[in-house]
Amino acid sequence: MSDMTNPPRRRLRLGTIMDHAILIIGVLVMVLPLVMLVQMSSIPDTEIIKTGPSLHFGDQLDDNFEKAMFGATGFSGENAGTRMLMNSLILGIGFAVGKIVIGMMAAYAIVYFRLRFATLAFWVIFTTLLLPLEVRILPSYEVVQNLGMVNTYHGLIIPLIASATATFFFRQFFRSVPEELVEAARIDGAGPVRFFIDILVPLSQTMIAAMFIIMFVFGWNQYLWPTMITTEEGMFTLVRGIKQIVQVLEGNRVPEFGRANLLAIIAVVPPVLIVVFFQSWFVKGLTESDK
Amino acid sequence: MAQVSLNNVQKVYPNGFQALHPTGFEVADGEFVVLVGPSGCGKSTLLRMIAGLEDITDGSLHIGDRVVNHVDPADRDIAMVFQNYALYPHMTVRKNIAYGLQNRKIAKDVIAGKVAEAAEMLNLNDYLDRKPSQLSGGQRQRVAMGRAIVRDPSVFLFDEPLSNLDAKLRNQMRVEIKALQRRLGVTSIYVTHDQVEAMTMADRIIVMNAGRIEQIGTPSEVYHRPASTFVASFMGAPPMNMLPGVAENGAAHLFDLPIADQVAARGEVIVGIRPEDLIPDATGPLAIEVDHIEDLGAHRLLHGALRDARLTVHVSKDVEVAHGPLRVAIKPDAVSVFDVTSGARL
Ligand SMILES: Nc1ncnc2c1ncn2[C@@H]1O[C@H](COP(=O)(O)OP(=O)(O)O)[C@@H](O)[C@H]1O
Ligand SMILES: [Mg+2]
Repeated sequence: MSDMTNPPRRRLRLGTIMDHAILIIGVLVMVLPLVMLVQMSSIPDTEIIKTGPSLHFGDQLDDNFEKAMFGATGFSGENAGTRMLMNSLILGIGFAVGKIVIGMMAAYAIVYFRLRFATLAFWVIFTTLLLPLEVRILPSYEVVQNLGMVNTYHGLIIPLIASATATFFFRQFFRSVPEELVEAARIDGAGPVRFFIDILVPLSQTMIAAMFIIMFVFGWNQYLWPTMITTEEGMFTLVRGIKQIVQVLEGNRVPEFGRANLLAIIAVVPPVLIVVFFQSWFVKGLTESDK
Repeated sequence: MAQVSLNNVQKVYPNGFQALHPTGFEVADGEFVVLVGPSGCGKSTLLRMIAGLEDITDGSLHIGDRVVNHVDPADRDIAMVFQNYALYPHMTVRKNIAYGLQNRKIAKDVIAGKVAEAAEMLNLNDYLDRKPSQLSGGQRQRVAMGRAIVRDPSVFLFDEPLSNLDAKLRNQMRVEIKALQRRLGVTSIYVTHDQVEAMTMADRIIVMNAGRIEQIGTPSEVYHRPASTFVASFMGAPPMNMLPGVAENGAAHLFDLPIADQVAARGEVIVGIRPEDLIPDATGPLAIEVDHIEDLGAHRLLHGALRDARLTVHVSKDVEVAHGPLRVAIKPDAVSVFDVTSGARL
């Protein structure tokens, strides 16, 4: 193989360089905003007001990191970065897990049980795709408010987790599971719950991983609902809290741009980690499972 | 151990299709019964009704001395082997085999013992920690067998378990399954569309066609005394020669040659003769024009015409053959006579 591939390798080289050039340009375009964020959180807040973004990297990165993670402003002093990070994680994970659990169970009911109006039920669920939270935000708020769930984690998560998307994807997946597997399990004495837990859930792990990536990022980036439902600073999520920091422009204080920018960087990290981590899992699931 | 008996069992699918007309038969304790018939004739439907995977529209089904019409598959004391194995892809071989026992809340050490025993019996010892995707077709089929064996059921049900294997492996597994069943003595019902499997494995064969039973009998009965033209042509390769005959004066004639007596019918009949029951013989009564010879190694098939009817003669490899005229004799008592319209044996 080694000496045979030498001549074609020459010809390939130009193509390879082109490919890489295109990819590198793509990466640069994508990374530039992040680099700007890093630059802006490395200089003092006053310099941002004066010069805006520039090519000059300062030495304030660690200071700003300190402030971003542990410093707090606001009335209660509870909106420290660590706190907001935790809240965001709770929202992201709760949102993703909730959607997956609900979606899987709904799909299970629709696919495996002879319900009277299963197809109708499915399409009704499906049409709720046309009614995202933004459309029903007032009634949703009213209900949550009446139930006394404002400023609670369950108030933050539960109204968001009913999911037509997850139900749809799991339905499609369950329909591709061979009928004989269900029958073998029935003969093996696995009831509906056992079958779900022992067989369907493990078989769906690739699907679950994919759903988790999508839903975690989706939940993490929620802005409108957390803004409405959390008024206590201790409940703020990162995405919502960053806004709050820059808003203190009134008075003679300079907004803490450095802190906000660094928080923005921190807000980007967990979704990236989730994608990177679950992607390897995802590929593993795809290649190892039985075809 | 148990016998299985069906009484006027029938199946109408929700879409109104009658897949099984009222059917009754009995499978004795320890017996190996093969359900055979062309694709779509209702074999799987019948087997799945016995397993409890399909509702029984009407009639009663006994396993042992229980009526099990409404008993859950898990409680019928049956085990089933599926055509595509239906192994749980995410579980190891060990877990696959043990799963049915785990669900029955059997003690861990008992399960381990039974799994080891089954693995030993099926030569699966080296594969217990593999996933099904890491096994060959034959090994997967053995795992499916293992899953059935450990449960120690009173009835084994097989739905075309060998159809996905290549020919050589199929022959080998056929022998293995039959030997295993004989050793365990478990009542078995085996569905196949392959008449060779039916002939070689069965204690008794049930031949089905279009949702009805055509014949029940030992392999020899089914082969030598087919109850209908359908059975005659379905069992045996090449199929039985079907020739136009005439019945009169209590005997059947093939082109004026009296070939079977004690035939009550009159008029046109169908005369059936197996290819191996036609023997080349210079003094034989039938004059055939051979136009095609198939050499199968151990034997040859001579295809030819007898007046305007086509027929096949089966000869051993030692017999000298050539294209052209050939005289053949008919083995005594090897002739079946069927009704022209109903196809039933006369
Ligand atoms: N769920 C069903 N609904 C309607 N018809 C069915 C169903 N399952 C099977 N059939 C029909 O019943 C007949 C027998 O099917 P089956 O028992 O699977 O045949 P086979 O002998 O090949 O195993 C076929 O004609 C098939 O189309
Ligand atoms: Mg079938």
